[in-house]
Amino acid sequence: MISFIVRRFLLALATTWAISVMSFIIIQLPPGDFVDAYIARLSASGSSVSMEEAQSMRTLYGLNQPYYVQYLKWVGRVLRGDFGESMEWQRPVAEVLGDRLWITVVVSFAALLLTWALALPIGIYSAVRQYSIGDYAFTLVGFIGLAVPNFLLALIILYVAFRWFGLNVGGLFSTEYEMAPWSWAKAADLMWHLPLPALILALAGTAQLIRIMRANLLDELRKPYVVTARAKGLSEMRVILKYPVRAALNPFASALAYLFPYLVSGSIIVSLVLSLPTVGPVLLKALIAQDMYLAGAIVLLLGVLTVVGTFISDLVLMWIDPRIRHQVDT
Amino acid sequence: MACAMRQIPMVESTMSSVGTPILSIHNLAVHFAQDEGLVRAVDGASFDLHPGKILGIVGESGCGKSVTARAVLQILDHPGRIVDGEIWLDRPGLSPVDIARLGPRSPEMSAIRGKEVALIFQEPMTSFSAHYTIGNQIGEAIAVHNTSADRDRVRLRTLDLLRLVGIPRPERRIDEYPFQLSGGLRQRAMIAMALACDPRILIADEPTTALDVTTQAQVLDLLRALQKERGLSVLLITHDMGVIAEMADDVAVMYLGRIVERGPVDQIFHAPRHPYTQALLRSIPSTLAKPRSRLQTIEGSIPHPYNRPQGCPFHPRCSEKIAGRCDRDVPDPVLLGGESAVSCFLYQSTPAAAEGRPAA
Amino acid sequence: MTPAGWTLWRPFRRAGRNGADAEDRIAVATQLQLTWWRFRKHKLAVVSLFIVVLFYLVAVFADFLAYADPEASDSRRGYIPPQSIHLFDGDGSFRPFVHGLLGVRDPRTFKLVYRVDENRKVYLQFFAEGYPYYLFGLFPTNRHLLGFDTSKAENGLFLLGTDVQGRDVWSRLMVASRVSLSIGLAGVTISLFLGVLFGGISGLYGGLVDTAIQRLIEIMRSIPTIPLWMGLAAALPNTWSSAQVYFAITVIISLIGWTDLARVVRGRFLSLREEDFVVAAELMGASQMRIIFRHMLPSFTSHVIAAVTLALPTMIISETALSFLGLGLRPPAISWGILLQDAQNIQTLAIAPWLLVAAVPVIAVILAFNFLGDGLRDAADPYG
Repeated sequence: MISFIVRRFLLALATTWAISVMSFIIIQLPPGDFVDAYIARLSASGSSVSMEEAQSMRTLYGLNQPYYVQYLKWVGRVLRGDFGESMEWQRPVAEVLGDRLWITVVVSFAALLLTWALALPIGIYSAVRQYSIGDYAFTLVGFIGLAVPNFLLALIILYVAFRWFGLNVGGLFSTEYEMAPWSWAKAADLMWHLPLPALILALAGTAQLIRIMRANLLDELRKPYVVTARAKGLSEMRVILKYPVRAALNPFASALAYLFPYLVSGSIIVSLVLSLPTVGPVLLKALIAQDMYLAGAIVLLLGVLTVVGTFISDLVLMWIDPRIRHQVDT
Repeated sequence: MACAMRQIPMVESTMSSVGTPILSIHNLAVHFAQDEGLVRAVDGASFDLHPGKILGIVGESGCGKSVTARAVLQILDHPGRIVDGEIWLDRPGLSPVDIARLGPRSPEMSAIRGKEVALIFQEPMTSFSAHYTIGNQIGEAIAVHNTSADRDRVRLRTLDLLRLVGIPRPERRIDEYPFQLSGGLRQRAMIAMALACDPRILIADEPTTALDVTTQAQVLDLLRALQKERGLSVLLITHDMGVIAEMADDVAVMYLGRIVERGPVDQIFHAPRHPYTQALLRSIPSTLAKPRSRLQTIEGSIPHPYNRPQGCPFHPRCSEKIAGRCDRDVPDPVLLGGESAVSCFLYQSTPAAAEGRPAA
Repeated sequence: MTPAGWTLWRPFRRAGRNGADAEDRIAVATQLQLTWWRFRKHKLAVVSLFIVVLFYLVAVFADFLAYADPEASDSRRGYIPPQSIHLFDGDGSFRPFVHGLLGVRDPRTFKLVYRVDENRKVYLQFFAEGYPYYLFGLFPTNRHLLGFDTSKAENGLFLLGTDVQGRDVWSRLMVASRVSLSIGLAGVTISLFLGVLFGGISGLYGGLVDTAIQRLIEIMRSIPTIPLWMGLAAALPNTWSSAQVYFAITVIISLIGWTDLARVVRGRFLSLREEDFVVAAELMGASQMRIIFRHMLPSFTSHVIAAVTLALPTMIISETALSFLGLGLRPPAISWGILLQDAQNIQTLAIAPWLLVAAVPVIAVILAFNFLGDGLRDAADPYG
């Protein structure tokens, strides 16, 4: 069991490192550097910067040095909590991001929990009551989740709600709480608005997981140990919930672990469509404006969030499967 | 024509007691409606299990023996259904119940499973769930029929059961997972689980097929000891004639879903009547045979389940078939004194036997 | 015999009532034939195959099916709603037409607003002349499936309305289909190459190489893709041409998709390596290359085809998403994502809901490819 945790932890570290490298590459990709953009902005507003000033700035920020040195310096600063400055906003990146990162976390985790809460019972039901009306109905909903990309779904729902109900279902807060400081009331307002975005985000993954649970459970239901359980005299419900569901839970949980990056990813676009105050809209604007420290920081943070979420899912998987705990090769 | 109607030798065999059978199956028919056709897995089987006796059901793979076992407990795999017949279970102090009439999910059926009739399976590895300890799974078998028992009592009883079946150091084993036990120990654990609620009938579906020979012997010894100790009635299902010879009191020979012959074990082995039984016995390799003599086989192969032959199911492979009779009609079991019966047109019953009276 | 059973046996009925003939047919059928027979059982998959073929036909004949120059903008014709086609003329003859439009200035906003003018009929012409293009990229022509009398300036055909710049949505949709579908195909080709390469090496050599590649794949799967794509796509210089951007976007989206294909390929290689026929070939002295191409490849071709089919919709969605955000293809390129960009705004949608129409082919294609891929996968390996 320990070796499993250690392995997954090392993998998480490796992934984080890979993400940091990729984020750094993204920061460096656009032509020119921080100082060029600074100069461009200053000259646009009328002032200018001399060559010597530009050079000293470059030395100050270490922009003359080879890339790996810059990378290490950047990582060093990041680990101390300094993500650099946003040129668009003229403020430290951390300030710009503010609550947005936490809200991204909340939305992503809400979608994850919703996926669990929906896919597990529906998947079980679909397998046990195969070919029933409920099964077909869920299959249909599943197709919608499968076929319609999340941002399109958000768009369609937005339009339908507006056209037929006159509602604007975008945003995560009612107008009065948007700018207000945090309070219980604001948190409650958030909870009230959370289900719809979380559902839109979760639908595709839920559909996929229902199929996985249904397929695996159907396989397990045919196996001998289910017959044994029935032969002992257990009620049908107990037979199904205690044994085959438990066995089918493994592939379900590991599929769920790999869903998290997709949820974080999806939240970006969905946030744009629904105007949610997450990092998504900020990332897009930053990329278009080539505000690279902001963009790179967001990519890094999103990556770290994903890695943490996946690692937690791995721990849950380990807790579920006794074979991992006892080091048996599954 | 070589074959002739044979007269039944009046065998005064050591018959099993003629008291009330504890389990009585009449004309059981179990059908599986698959996409590709209808499979008549059991097609009119009748036999009785007497209290305290071991009845062996023997036949090749696919003849329907396992399906019969599952039908008794109504745990047939989908899409199997009991379409005809009766399964009478005799209960002390209560009126007998026809299991075939009970719904598979009914509480009455759940009350019978594990408590009155228990089943042990061929493959102990896959028959246990890998996610729970054997203590958990055996304890569950106890608790489901003893709802008032508390955790400690259940645990103590589980330990007793593990000791009973000869598992060493039960205090350690009780918290282990099935994959941590060897094949023989797992099978013993399965037997312990089956005996958890003191059932009166034990059905053993190929209990030793998946085990090596030495373990096989140990498990069979255990079964026999337990059976004597507790007066269990055992339905032993196997394809191994050696196991039958060693364990069974009575035998029923099955082919393509029908019982072709049944009777006490001595009679079956020494005076088999049905051509299939004779062929089965002939095909057992023997240390007494002449060296380098050919192994006897049964001609032909088992027909495809969707392609059942008309008439007697065995006739395409039978060396003594009667053309015009065996390929048209299905022979019904003919009682031959006491508990013996054979389903074959070769045997024309005496008037006495036809009325079911023992020949005398 | 239950009636449902005959769907399976239908191909075999021709072989005669004797079951032995049918079994013989199975025995000599090639792997491909067996796969095809199994595939035919899935009605949904067969229908999806037709739909996919239909879509790609549209892609090939995109310009022919369009009738207005997709890039021609006319700000006076912004936000014209879709016109309905009337099939029969007043006197009952089959002469399809649409009503002409009358531009009227809204007295309050001074904006041009179009209303249907029932008095004027614009007759549809088949194989009419329209804007020039190259059929199959080779033959210059100006014939289109539909057209109308272009001599009068007020005549216009707008089957699906126009966008804010007055461009005909139907024509743009046709051309967009070509771009989106071809990007999907191109992306999947690159992914296939990478997947087979890495998966093959991984599965064939095993050991340390396998572990290293597996770890790499795991890392890639754990990374959220969209922020990365956005970052890479935004970094493409503004000066690049449409074609260069097209190519770059294809590479970007295929960089992630190959991991699934690699896993499928690796899985098949691993299981095939243990197969007796491979061991036999090795023992007979066959070279590594020969073993791979002659013995193993036929076994997993159908799996790979199924995996590729299932990967295609992901590629298409990725491009659509990126273009929707404005980071993907750049105008004047047209794709479904770019068309949907116009629909981003809820206020815009309220005025012109027909701008959402590009969502329809996206959803249809995703469904079709998924059913097709499922059917292929089941046909390739019913026990897998």
